[in-house]
Amino acid sequence: MVFLIITLIKLAIIAFVLLTTLAYLQWVERKVIAHVQVRVGPYRVGPHGLLQPLADVVKLITKEGVMPPHVNRFFYLLAPFLAVLMALIPISVIPFGTSITLFGYTTNMELADLNVGILVILSLSALGVYGIALAGWSSNNKYALLGGLRSSAQMISYELPMSLAIASPLLVAGTLSLRKIVDTQAGYNLGIIPKWAIFAMPAPQIFSFIIFMIAAFAETNRIPFDLPEAENELVAGFHVEYSSMSFAAFFMAEYANMVTVCSVATLLFLGGWHPLWPAAYGSNFVAPLILIVAAGLCIYHGLNPARPLDRYTLPAFGVIFLGLAGLMLFPPAVPVLTPLFWFLAKTLFLLFLFVWIRATLPRFRYDQLMGFAWKFLFPVALANLLLTGFLVALVD
Amino acid sequence: MSIFFFLLFATIAVVAGVSVILQRHPIASALSLVGVMGSLAVFYLILGAEFIALAQMIVYAGAIMVLFIFVIMLLNAGAEERRGRSWMAQLLGVPLLIAFFAIVGYALVGRFSGGEPVSFGSFTGGTAEAVGYALFTDYLLPFEVTSVLILVAIVGAIVLARKEMD
Repeated sequence: MVFLIITLIKLAIIAFVLLTTLAYLQWVERKVIAHVQVRVGPYRVGPHGLLQPLADVVKLITKEGVMPPHVNRFFYLLAPFLAVLMALIPISVIPFGTSITLFGYTTNMELADLNVGILVILSLSALGVYGIALAGWSSNNKYALLGGLRSSAQMISYELPMSLAIASPLLVAGTLSLRKIVDTQAGYNLGIIPKWAIFAMPAPQIFSFIIFMIAAFAETNRIPFDLPEAENELVAGFHVEYSSMSFAAFFMAEYANMVTVCSVATLLFLGGWHPLWPAAYGSNFVAPLILIVAAGLCIYHGLNPARPLDRYTLPAFGVIFLGLAGLMLFPPAVPVLTPLFWFLAKTLFLLFLFVWIRATLPRFRYDQLMGFAWKFLFPVALANLLLTGFLVALVD
Repeated sequence: MSIFFFLLFATIAVVAGVSVILQRHPIASALSLVGVMGSLAVFYLILGAEFIALAQMIVYAGAIMVLFIFVIMLLNAGAEERRGRSWMAQLLGVPLLIAFFAIVGYALVGRFSGGEPVSFGSFTGGTAEAVGYALFTDYLLPFEVTSVLILVAIVGAIVLARKEMD
């Protein structure tokens, strides 16, 4: 009974945090791309456009959902549902941090600790292609069909190097449970270099990490691999006939997939919630330091306001940041919040990488995309796996 | 709890299996087949073979069926037309079906009537470690032979595709 209640509470928290993150990821993406292109980005709704995601959600919900007369009704409605479902479920097996003890009850910071966790993520990401393929096919539109076909071919091709890249750190860790994989990466070589999979001593997984990230860009249909929705040749690709919430569902699925692959990369290669350097050298104080600096900046700009409203909003944020910094320094909270901070910091950095690359790189041509997957990435991933296996066997 | 999930997914598997045959559109049939494979994966999971369950999802539902759907979409196959059936098939179909089920049922009862009934949760050898150990010790030769067979199939496919291109 207690287990059920705790799981429901965790479910509510994870769902709320995840959906908010997805909405704000959109804001971060627009802001970062705007600043890369020397624009300001969303600015009107709320301070620095911070309420823009809320406005977007209201807009998308209240918009009229138009269903074209020529679509295959059942599959047209099923496709966005499938896409969003297969994108949201994997979050349930991802551990965010160590265990938390409240009122004498200890629970791990994740929904389900499966001993085949990583396989669940792989299988669900393999099923995610149905949503996109069906959306393209059921729209009865040649651009949508082309987008759907491209996406199926691309996801089938890039799943191979991705799975092979995942297999090598699994060889090093010797388990399929995500929590145990992170546990094997605890500790430091020579007292300072973390034992993350990318620095693992018999076989450093740095190449697996790079291959995984490249394949992850293709799996999530992001630039430079966003051929399924290449707007200058396919209008909008597989979701050209969708509007209102069904259109929003595809966007949500794309962002949720990004969050999943970034979390998986963090767990498999970047040591999960283990900090970059030992706590003896002060890694526990990074988060409070960042928050205190942010609070100082907010209060400074609040005292010298650029706009009349800044006089009230910025000091309020400063006080919130100071409170968070105090919480991060509060001794009973440190073993819970510090790992959470490191996990979030690594995942958010990888998400930033996604946005950064979208702002900088052009798109591949379609034949280049397939040739790259089969003629370069796949053999390299295979060689990397063989080498890793050989090194692991040698050390054993 | 297990019996509830078993009945739920057994119903889904049977309905989806019938739907594979009854659907007139190839995409609908292929998706019904995905439903059957998903339900089978749940059965493996209930029986305690979690690695096989997820391998079933990744290989069959995730890779093979996506390829099926890809080919159907690529050929843009439409719904098949209902043609008039031969009176012979209509006359003989039902008795033959009943006879077939009777033979299968007789064989199953004759062979397995003395066996132990399966109970949920009694099997523990389904972890990745157990499957991997069995695969690389007791079943090493069949495993390697199968991989060579698949390699031959790949080479054959490439040779056939080459000929077409010249």
